[in-house]
Amino acid sequence: VSGTQALLAWLSPRAPRLAGACLLVVIYAAARVTYADQGFGSLATLLNILDSSAVLGVIAVGLTFVIISGGIDLSVGAVMALSSVAAAQLLRLGAPLPIAVAGPVLGASLFGATQGWFIHRSGLAPFIVTLATMFLARGLSFMISLEPVAISSHGHGALAGVHMQLGRAWLRIGAVTFLLVTVAAAYTARFTRFGRAVYALGGSDEAATLMGLRVRGVRIGVYTVSALCSAIAGILLTFQISSGSHLEGFGLELDAIAAVVIGGTLLRGGAGSVLGTLVGVLLIGIVVTVITTYGMGTSSGLTKVLIAALLLGFIVLQNALMRVLRRS
Amino acid sequence: MTTSRLGTWVAHAELRAGLALAALLLFNALFTRGFASIELQDGRLYGAMIDILRNGSAVMLLAVGMTLVIATAGIDLSVGSTMALSGAVAALGLTEHALPPLQAIACGLGAGLAVGLVNGALVTFIRLQPIVATLVLLVAGRGLAQVLTTDQKIRFQSPVFDSLATGSTLSLPNPLLLAAAAALITLLLVRFTIAGLYIQAIGDNPRAARLCGLPIHRIHLFVYSVSGLCAALAGMLAAGEISEADVAGAGLYMELDAILAVVIGGTRLSGGRPCVVGAALGALIIQTLSVMLQMRGIPTEHGLVLKAVIALAICLPQAPGLARTWRRTGGLP
Repeated sequence: VSGTQALLAWLSPRAPRLAGACLLVVIYAAARVTYADQGFGSLATLLNILDSSAVLGVIAVGLTFVIISGGIDLSVGAVMALSSVAAAQLLRLGAPLPIAVAGPVLGASLFGATQGWFIHRSGLAPFIVTLATMFLARGLSFMISLEPVAISSHGHGALAGVHMQLGRAWLRIGAVTFLLVTVAAAYTARFTRFGRAVYALGGSDEAATLMGLRVRGVRIGVYTVSALCSAIAGILLTFQISSGSHLEGFGLELDAIAAVVIGGTLLRGGAGSVLGTLVGVLLIGIVVTVITTYGMGTSSGLTKVLIAALLLGFIVLQNALMRVLRRS
Repeated sequence: MTTSRLGTWVAHAELRAGLALAALLLFNALFTRGFASIELQDGRLYGAMIDILRNGSAVMLLAVGMTLVIATAGIDLSVGSTMALSGAVAALGLTEHALPPLQAIACGLGAGLAVGLVNGALVTFIRLQPIVATLVLLVAGRGLAQVLTTDQKIRFQSPVFDSLATGSTLSLPNPLLLAAAAALITLLLVRFTIAGLYIQAIGDNPRAARLCGLPIHRIHLFVYSVSGLCAALAGMLAAGEISEADVAGAGLYMELDAILAVVIGGTRLSGGRPCVVGAALGALIIQTLSVMLQMRGIPTEHGLVLKAVIALAICLPQAPGLARTWRRTGGLP
């Protein structure tokens, strides 16, 4: 009996994450069996999936901190688009590459910090504030340019083309950045004081305050991380499409939330992990790749509907699991 | 009618919204060239102010439906996508299935109702946060519309849609009459039915409402359905105006306009008393702002920044954190 109890105690916080991981394995295996003759499952496809999920992945990793802290950030897609347009415009105006990359990233971090401060100070619901800042960021990117801005800088092109040859597969800069950001974030969440404070804040706002945690700093921190990651994703996007565009990233906030939730992070905060988010991102990446590359229609609408359905399915699953585990 | 009787009909916030609208109109009449002129041609009125009434109708419809949702402390982000979806369904009904216009409209409204019911079910049965539930429908709704239309714009010819979206009755634009009718029905519903009381009760204190045994599930399903229906009506207007279902563009970013209109109108985002008249006035304020920017040569897209800032500024007095500070320092109430 104690063995079962110990198993349940171990399973209970990990159940949602394990469900995501299991689904990832199942979908990967199914896709591999179905599309083996078309090359799915080779190292090249895997690295391609990693590379094409990089933009979503970096955003989702940043968003994980916000959701664990019990908040939500709807502005991620808009901030990504804003920083991509800002970087492209800076390059067009002749700014050197380091400035064109660092400027938007720093600006976005400031944007995120202000947002976190505002949420903390006003006590308004995070979704209201970030909904407003989502439109603010979209509006700002419209103000920078009403049209997508093409990038013709050689340095930028060279950086976008950087890759490492692994047999017949290419490890591109997007995939590398995604992995680095994930590792750094996972370390931060697990092994630093800031990471622990984020979990504490998500567990109970009040308890964290009474415990003497600097709640304001933590809250500013999580929104800064989220905006910082969105800006990095925006720069990665310019590498992929060689332009900065405010048309990109519409509905990306839902994809990011979906990735985080599929990865086992609870929407009410307090529990979750960065590595779980990696699982969620890969799952979405595989689904999108299967839809767009291997027939099944090219409509972006179908992808959206599927991701929304996945998200709903996982939330329902999480709720059911939590109920069952609490009862036992 | 004494002031207190008047007060049961018009909240203070609604008076404020009315004054703000009047001030905005006055400013434009004085300082924006060509704003105040209204002409009568062929039994129709033309002019900037008539444009505001005509083009503001869609936002007004969205805002009226959204008022009930926000009064229950919820939010509906899916209204813009619902416009696109219902427009696409109606247009497909007209073209692919050669339905008569009224049946096509019924199909479109049915799509909106379905979206609303799904929203309500997610919120009340699965206990999803309204923001997440309706965000799912925001993305999935437009996605579904794209799947149905295979990403194409669908053109159609229909006199009924034309007259609905661009016609006039008694020299007043039809969309305005439609929106006004929707607002009136909702106002009567809120003031004179038990449902109105329940909606406010849920928003004021959800826990108490549940413990009192109010039919929470039914009320949630009801408010989200009303919001879906209103959005579908707005979708019919948007499609009829250009005789085309534009899946990518219809209702894009309009959820902010609707939420902003409701908040300007005095309904609190934390739930409570629904201010229907205020929401309608709020929609007109937003449309006036848009027209003003347009007539002053500022691209509409730049208006997003202004709207976002206004939204945050209006929310500030409702913010619990600031209210505490003000109490402490003896500043504003």
